[in-house]
Amino acid sequence: METRGVRVRHALIVVWLLAMIIFVYIPSVCITLASLTSSRYFTFPIPKWGLDWWQKTLSSIEIHQILETSIMIAAVVTVIAVVLAFFGALAFARYDWKGRSIYQKLVLLPIFFPQSVLGLALLLWFNALGLQLSWQTAVFAHLVWIVPVVTLVIAIQVYSFDPALEEAAFDLGATRLQVLREVTIPVLMPGIFSGSLFAFLLSWGNFPLSLFTTGADTTVPEYLYAKMVAGYTPGVPVLGTIATIGAIVFLIGGYLVMLALNRRRSAA
Amino acid sequence: MTARTEGATAGGGVGFLRVPAGFRAALPVILFLLVGFAAPLLAVIGFSFMPARTFGFTGQPTLENYITIFESTSYISLLWSLGLALATVLILILISYPVAYGLVRVFGRWSTLVTLLFVIPLFVSENVRLYGWLLFLIKNGVLLGTLKTVFGIEAESMLFTTGAILLGMVYVYLPYMLFPLTLGISMVPNDAREAASDLGASRWQVFKEVELPLSMPGLVIGCLLTFVLAVGAIAEYKVLGGQQVIPITHDIEIAFTYAQNWPLGAALSVLLMLIVGVLVMIALRRFDLDKFLGRR
Repeated sequence: METRGVRVRHALIVVWLLAMIIFVYIPSVCITLASLTSSRYFTFPIPKWGLDWWQKTLSSIEIHQILETSIMIAAVVTVIAVVLAFFGALAFARYDWKGRSIYQKLVLLPIFFPQSVLGLALLLWFNALGLQLSWQTAVFAHLVWIVPVVTLVIAIQVYSFDPALEEAAFDLGATRLQVLREVTIPVLMPGIFSGSLFAFLLSWGNFPLSLFTTGADTTVPEYLYAKMVAGYTPGVPVLGTIATIGAIVFLIGGYLVMLALNRRRSAA
Repeated sequence: MTARTEGATAGGGVGFLRVPAGFRAALPVILFLLVGFAAPLLAVIGFSFMPARTFGFTGQPTLENYITIFESTSYISLLWSLGLALATVLILILISYPVAYGLVRVFGRWSTLVTLLFVIPLFVSENVRLYGWLLFLIKNGVLLGTLKTVFGIEAESMLFTTGAILLGMVYVYLPYMLFPLTLGISMVPNDAREAASDLGASRWQVFKEVELPLSMPGLVIGCLLTFVLAVGAIAEYKVLGGQQVIPITHDIEIAFTYAQNWPLGAALSVLLMLIVGVLVMIALRRFDLDKFLGRR
């Protein structure tokens, strides 16, 4: 057998993986470094380290406002997306019905669509309806892209769901609502949970849809973009680092909650 | 797969409850996508036939916007967008295949952690990450600063070149190739590979005759997704490309903003939508989503 060949190949794959991980994290490292300088312009190696720009950014009322807008949009998007996508995922993977295959492709279309064009299309549409652009229209715009993504995430969980569980509950005399609350939702909880993580974080980081649909309100990615094209200010790396750390904390927190949920369920 | 039932429709009920359970569950999403996706696209198509520089649907329908496009240099932008998107897809296949293969066959219990490491950047806005590349590549930035102080090498910055744009796109769209590809490779049964080896196939033959065809659905989805996203890219060109290359998305944005010519922007969008739509339709026409997503 060519076990030695296999070992060499696996070693090469691991080396490649490490290179790719470094590649993936280079920008985050650079942004964090740039946020830790106390000079006005970024040069490397950093001449004078300091947290001055962190202090300035964190005490800015404008930044607070923008963080609030971003969090609010992401929170509202998450709630609406998960409710719609929960039923959407059941239709996607649980039930066998006549229009299912067309429906599955309809759900995929917004994902397979250039987001900047989608943002502009929504801008035109809101304009045609005479709607005033604000964070509410941005929520709607985010949903067009995020509902399909969350539907897919939950659908993957639904595929491993045994419909016999629901039927057994019906046979035992449970009402439709009881079955939903006592059987379907608890069994699909991991999918619902990762779906909400996706919804929140994708909305938090979205730029192309927000750009055309927020009107006078501003989200974090939009603000950063406006500052970037206007010329260098160390406030950009600071806020960029905050956005990154926020996402990581949220993701790890979510992962821990999921572990706790699993443990409680296996204990019960 | 045939075990999926009609649900509890047998219970009877009146009116709405007699509709198949699947359709009832799908209805909110269908209605939402009709209002939030189909209608805006129809609005764009309608707008593309309105007279130039108008902002309503009341004008006399005309083809002038499309004529303007064919007489302008927009096709150069379109070719750049399509060409760089294609290059992005090809590079992504090459660099993510080993990682996807490793996730399925080599990393074992480390796979979850590796997946997480590739997922995290997805949730940071792409323009923030591109800005990180800017800081890395810029004159006196992390790369050139290190080269200068540690090795004493003075190098030219690659910022604001086509290469930098390509780097940005490969970087941003990596997860969209990696994860479908991983799903695809996990669909290849180990038995099939071993059987092929036992019958004397070389490593290359196993790859070409067994692994590649069986993981094709994942590869197709990955290519499609990354191509569509890369054609729609705009931030990469602006942050890393300077004004070296103008993509079609930039032309569209200009038409909607500075030029205040919405019908022209709409017509350009329609062209882009047509190209993307035809590609997606062809690739997804005979695609079995249940088989692809249901396998775990």
